[in-house]
Amino acid sequence: MSAAAYSRLRAVAFRVAQSIPVVLGVVVISFLLTRALPGDPAAYFAGAAADAASIQEVREALGLDKPLLQQFLLYVTDLAHGDLGQSISSGRPVAVDLVSRLPASLELTLTALVLSCGLAIPLGILAATRPGSWVDHLCRVLVTAGVSLPTFFTGILLIYIFYYLLGVAPSPLGRLDFIYLAPDHVTGFYLIDAALTGDWETWRGAAKQLILPSTTLALFTLAPIARMTRAAMLTALSSDFIRTARAAGLSRGTVLYAYAFRNALLPVVTTLGMVFSFALGANVLVEKVFAWPGIGSYAVEALVVSDYAAVQGFVLAMALLFVALNLVIDLLYSVIDPRFGFAAK
Amino acid sequence: MLSVKNLAVSFQTRRGTVEAVRGISFDLAKGEILGIVGESGSGKSVTSYALMRILDAGGRIKAGEATYSGIDLRRVAERDMGDIRGREISMIFQNPRAALNPIRKVGHQIEDVLRRHARATRHDARAKAIKALEDVRINDAEARYDAYPFELSGGMCQRVVCAIALACDPRLLIADEPTTGLDITTQQAVMELVRDLIRARNMSSILITHDLGLAAQYCDRIMVMKDGLIVEQGDPARIFSDPQHSYTRKLVDATPRMGEGIRSLLPPEERKAELPHQVHDRPLLEVSNLTKTFKGMAGPVHAVRGISFSIRQGQSVGLVGESGCGKSTTSEILVRLMDATSGDIIFDGQDIAGIPAQGFARNPRRAEIQMVFQDATDSLNPRHTARQAIGEPLRRLGALRAAPLAARIEELATLVGLPLPLLDRFPHQLSGGQKARVGIARAVALEPKFLILDEPTAALDVSIQAVVLNLLVDLRAKLGMTYLFVSHDLHVVALLCDHVIVMRAGEIVEQGPVTRVMTDPQNAYTKALLAAAPKPPARRQLA
Repeated sequence: MSAAAYSRLRAVAFRVAQSIPVVLGVVVISFLLTRALPGDPAAYFAGAAADAASIQEVREALGLDKPLLQQFLLYVTDLAHGDLGQSISSGRPVAVDLVSRLPASLELTLTALVLSCGLAIPLGILAATRPGSWVDHLCRVLVTAGVSLPTFFTGILLIYIFYYLLGVAPSPLGRLDFIYLAPDHVTGFYLIDAALTGDWETWRGAAKQLILPSTTLALFTLAPIARMTRAAMLTALSSDFIRTARAAGLSRGTVLYAYAFRNALLPVVTTLGMVFSFALGANVLVEKVFAWPGIGSYAVEALVVSDYAAVQGFVLAMALLFVALNLVIDLLYSVIDPRFGFAAK
Repeated sequence: MLSVKNLAVSFQTRRGTVEAVRGISFDLAKGEILGIVGESGSGKSVTSYALMRILDAGGRIKAGEATYSGIDLRRVAERDMGDIRGREISMIFQNPRAALNPIRKVGHQIEDVLRRHARATRHDARAKAIKALEDVRINDAEARYDAYPFELSGGMCQRVVCAIALACDPRLLIADEPTTGLDITTQQAVMELVRDLIRARNMSSILITHDLGLAAQYCDRIMVMKDGLIVEQGDPARIFSDPQHSYTRKLVDATPRMGEGIRSLLPPEERKAELPHQVHDRPLLEVSNLTKTFKGMAGPVHAVRGISFSIRQGQSVGLVGESGCGKSTTSEILVRLMDATSGDIIFDGQDIAGIPAQGFARNPRRAEIQMVFQDATDSLNPRHTARQAIGEPLRRLGALRAAPLAARIEELATLVGLPLPLLDRFPHQLSGGQKARVGIARAVALEPKFLILDEPTAALDVSIQAVVLNLLVDLRAKLGMTYLFVSHDLHVVALLCDHVIVMRAGEIVEQGPVTRVMTDPQNAYTKALLAAAPKPPARRQLA
């Protein structure tokens, strides 16, 4: 193995190892944060008519009277067994809730990102190759509009047009119309699960439900991706090596894609990671508007009733997702950029 | 073979149209090497980009004709132009590392060209790319095929750029400042390689450079450009012995050569007598066993390996070496911006090696050791005017305020020859030479005893370099400063210094009085450095 390849491998291994302390920190912080929240779950669950003694009883039943350290140790022990606790509002284990709701949010967010990239990246490239042209201006207008309209507004507008006026979209009530049965749970992504079982009718039904909410979210995430693609392409296109490539007579396509775009990918991938994180947060509103049974609406409901276990589970799941996401993005760097692992010097 | 008539190129910018090339005509014969010489902004590079039709956005050929082997380069369709580039006419560029795609294997970059011009198929592309690497004398070409540009040295990258340019056997090679930024021995190796390849393949070539000496050595004919016009052209020896145009005369004068004084760089009418500087016997700076070791990814890097030397008060010492020899590390340690790993630095009787660089800004000695930095543009705060830049050390270390401060700034500007109205300009509104003057004024503001000059003229045009070097000579005499002049160019060092230290790989290989080292070098490396420098032809004799 060459020295360069070895150095890269070491950098990758180091990067993976780095995420371990982050995960441990996340466990501690998610525990402490939920304890710091105002509101007393014992009082909430004892009911409006409860007196001090019955609240105390509920508190003991929930284990909230123990010292903080002991509560934490219990929490970590349960966590090690995959037990995230019992949600006191839904009455089901938090792990079960998350497994059913997280894929819904991910399916929505990922579809939105695919749509968004599919539009934003070509738009950004076109705008960069013809700065000042009508494509460039169109890109700017679309992008500004997308980011300045709040998602709940775009969502309602799209429902009004496509469901109420035109009647082409299904009713915005969840992931699947009631005439379909949900596909067997494999990944939790309806599109994938339906495709796996070959149930194309359900697939179409799920896709129909997905189009409006994912478009809403896509419009919102269009702006940063298109802007960054345009800026990165402009930088790459004005580099010396593009001049070399042109002077060597390479075709426009090669210069644009093999030379400029691959170099422009790094900042675009970085932006993509950031956009994915904030889209996961921003889709709470979209989920509410479209009655989407996702993790965002779940967390908001849990927060309102001080449902410790559910909030804790949500924070932990999101944090782990972000850690994994950042890891994937850094590893993508190492695929795109051969200098990965040397840049630290 | 190539015929250019009244070529004019203009650029559309926000501040109106800029005429970069204003009607030039020349012919290039088969097998000829033509040198285009000029300083920055003369339109020499733009001419070549126009011929290749790779002008930047906003640039266009306004008028004139360019015919290559009967093809009208101005009117031929873009499709056909793509076939001409790389196969008929190709180019090599300055700054070779940036000229290569940083994230593509060099072998693949060569294959791209071969495949584009149908010189290779998928099956034999690899073999042909390796052959192209071998043609430019790259050792172990097979292994280098898989290298990325960042894994190769600057000289190696330039060879790869040559391999890309020559892969498809073009008949005309345009070399745009091919050795700017490379070490002098690398420059020689690259230039000889290019010349040999051109001769072996009977190609024509255009060499674009700011270095008249380099052009004279490698070209059959030289064209001098200024402000988008050709001011003079002819045989290299004739250009040097009998320049007709005043600008050519100025360039010829400004080209450093052995055995001449620093005043000879200036036009004859500006040559005043050189003011003598006094060298005392007392040492100002004594360095002993200085070492610096960096922690690298692949183990420790020994940048400086135990060097010792002393500088007497009033003396000017040149520190010469190629990139990576440790000269910049040494100067940074001496100016107390970096801590040494071990060793002593006795400055004016006091050991300053032990004072941490971190807090040296608050040390009273700070004012006594100052530095002029390599890049006059990058070393000035873009949001500070020249007045603020020069005033900064006076305010912080000299505790001057209000009227005395303003008076001192103007005094300094006058001293370095910076016109007073320019003091309120920002760096981007000043020329390279003016920025160099600001940098010097700032460094001498506190009348330091010891001034370190880190390649102060490396980024300047030769005519500006001539003026700045002479300014430094005058300042030395007026202020009685001791200089450490760090440079890669032995000729420039010889003009200014009394004593020279040659470094290589962190060690001093030779040191001694400048005349002795220049005329009778003892070390093989010093000899190689001297031999690698271009030798300009004899100059006209002054009556």
